[in-house]
Amino acid sequence: MSYMIVVSVTVVIYAILTVSLNIIVGYVGQPNLAQSAFFGIGAYFAAVFSTRYHTSFWLTIPLAFATAGVAGLVLGAISLRLREDFLAITTIGLNFVIVAVFQYVPFFGGAVGIYAIPLPSIAGHQFGNNAFLTVGLMMLAFVMAVSKYLEHTWFGASLMAIRDDQTAASSVGVPVASYKVIAFTLSAAFAGMAGSLYAPFLSAVTPTSFGFIESVIVLAMLIFGGLGTIRGAVLGALILGALPEVFRFISNYRLLMFGAILLLMLRFQPVGLVGEGSVLVKLTRRATEELRRRRHKGTSDPPAAGV
Amino acid sequence: MALLEIDSVTVRFGGLVALREVAFDVDEGQFISIIGPNGAGKTTLFNAIAGVIKPSSGRIRFQGREVQGSNPSHMSHLGVRRTFQVARPFASMTVRENVRLAAAGRQVLQSARALGLRGRVRPLADRVDGLLETTGLTADARRRASELNIGGLRRLEIARALASEPKVLLLDEPAAGIGVDGLRPLAELIRGVHQRGLTVLLVEHYVGFALSLSDRVIVLDEGTMIAHGTPEQIRNDERVIAAYLGKAGGGQGDRPPAVPPGPDAPGER
Repeated sequence: MSYMIVVSVTVVIYAILTVSLNIIVGYVGQPNLAQSAFFGIGAYFAAVFSTRYHTSFWLTIPLAFATAGVAGLVLGAISLRLREDFLAITTIGLNFVIVAVFQYVPFFGGAVGIYAIPLPSIAGHQFGNNAFLTVGLMMLAFVMAVSKYLEHTWFGASLMAIRDDQTAASSVGVPVASYKVIAFTLSAAFAGMAGSLYAPFLSAVTPTSFGFIESVIVLAMLIFGGLGTIRGAVLGALILGALPEVFRFISNYRLLMFGAILLLMLRFQPVGLVGEGSVLVKLTRRATEELRRRRHKGTSDPPAAGV
Repeated sequence: MALLEIDSVTVRFGGLVALREVAFDVDEGQFISIIGPNGAGKTTLFNAIAGVIKPSSGRIRFQGREVQGSNPSHMSHLGVRRTFQVARPFASMTVRENVRLAAAGRQVLQSARALGLRGRVRPLADRVDGLLETTGLTADARRRASELNIGGLRRLEIARALASEPKVLLLDEPAAGIGVDGLRPLAELIRGVHQRGLTVLLVEHYVGFALSLSDRVIVLDEGTMIAHGTPEQIRNDERVIAAYLGKAGGGQGDRPPAVPPGPDAPGER
C-alpha cells in the first residue's frame, strides 16, 4: 500500500513536469530538452535552503519556483531567438551545463549532492507519504488550473499563434520573442516547484537525477499523451510513469521501451494518445454525440412510438 | 503631411541591391499599387514597411515618426497591417479564432504583462462578425483555418489584416493563385474596404487587377522605381512597357494587360 503511494507521488511529480513542459512545447511549439534541469534547480535550491538555513518546506516551494523561473528567464532570453532545430540542441547543452554546475560547484554538494533533507511538517506533524501525495496533487492541480486558464487568455491564444506561424503571429501584433521567453519562464518555474517536493520526498538530491535522459523521458511522456493538451500531458505521465513500476520486469528496459513507444506513436499517431484529433479523441466525441442523440430520441420519441 | 513616407530607401542583401533609393509618399485614403516584374523588389519594399527587414539606408516615416528597422508586431500595433503572398493561417485555430486574435490589438500586450494570468479572451463578437461578413467567411467561421481552400485563405488573410482597424493595409499579391472567377469578388472586397477610408498599398503580379483598383501606381524594376503615376499614365509609359516586354521569359502575367489575365496566368509560385 505504502509502495503504491510512493509510486503515485513519483507519477504526480512526472505529471507536474509534463504539464509544465506542455506550456512551452505544446502551446508555443518550442522544443525544450532541459526540463529536468529546471526541475533540478528547484530541487537543489529547496535542498540547500532546508538543510543549511533550515528554511521551512512551505517557503522552499515559492523559492524553488522563483529560482527555476529566473534561470528559465535568463537562459530563455539567450536561447529562444534560435530556430526550433538549433533550440533543441541548445537546450540539450543547457541540461548538461546545469548538471555540471551541480556536480562541480561545492555550494551544491558536488558529486554526492545534498542529503539528510529534513521531512516537511505541518502543524507539528512530520510528512508521511500521504502528505507528500496530497501536496503533490495540489501542485499538479495548480499547474493544470494555470494552464487551463492560459488557454483562455489572449496570451495563451498568442502562444498558439506563434506555434502555428510565428511570422503571421508577429504581423497581427504578437511580440513573438518576449512571449516565448515568458512561456519558457513559466514552464521552468513550475518544474522548479515540483523540485521542492521531490527533494524532501527522496531526502537527497544528486546531480545524476536531473540528467538529459530524464528530460527526454518527460518529453516522451508528453508526446505520448498528446502535445498541446493538459489531458495528454497528465495521461502520458500516468501511463509511462506507472508502467515500469507496475511491471517490474520491464523497468531495466525502461529506456528501450520508451524509445519504442515513442517511435510507434510518432509513426502511427503523432498527435499523441489523446491529443487534438487523435483516434481516441475522435472515437470518444463520436460516442458522446451518439449517446446524446439517443438520449434526445429517448425523451422525444415515446409519444411518436405510441402512434 | 503624408501618412507614410518612404524616403530614399535602399535595401542590400550582401552584394545584391534589392531596392535602390526608392522614395514616395502615401497620403491618407490613397490606393497605391506597386507593380513590376519578378524580382523587382516589391515584396522587399513591403517587408521594409512592415518592419520585417531594416533598410540599409533611408528612412520610413509613419505619421511623421521614423519607423525603419522597427519590428512587425510594433508596426501592427501602430496600424500598419499586412497580408502574405503565401497564406499564413493559424492552422490549428478556427477561422473565427484567427480573426479574433488579430482583432484583439493591445489586449494581447496587456495579457502578457500579467504573465498571461489576466486578460481572458473576449468574444469581440460585433467586430469579428462584421469582418467575417465583409470578407464572406461567415459560413466558414467555425471551420479550422487549415480546411479552407485558397480563396478562403486569401479572404482570411484580409480579414485578419483588417481586424484591428488598421490605418494602412499592405496587400501582398492577394490575387495569387486565385482563378479568374475569384478575381472579381476579391476586387470588390478590396475596393469596398478602401472606400470606407482605408489607405491601401497593393503589390500585385496581375497588372490589370492592380491598375483597375488604384489611384496611383508605382513601377519597380530591379529595385529601382522606374515610373510613378496614374494608371492611365502607367499604361502608356514607354519604360514600363519596355521593362515588362524586354524581359526574356516573362510570362503572360508579366505583361500589363488591360483586363485581368486568364486562369493560366502564372502566380509567383
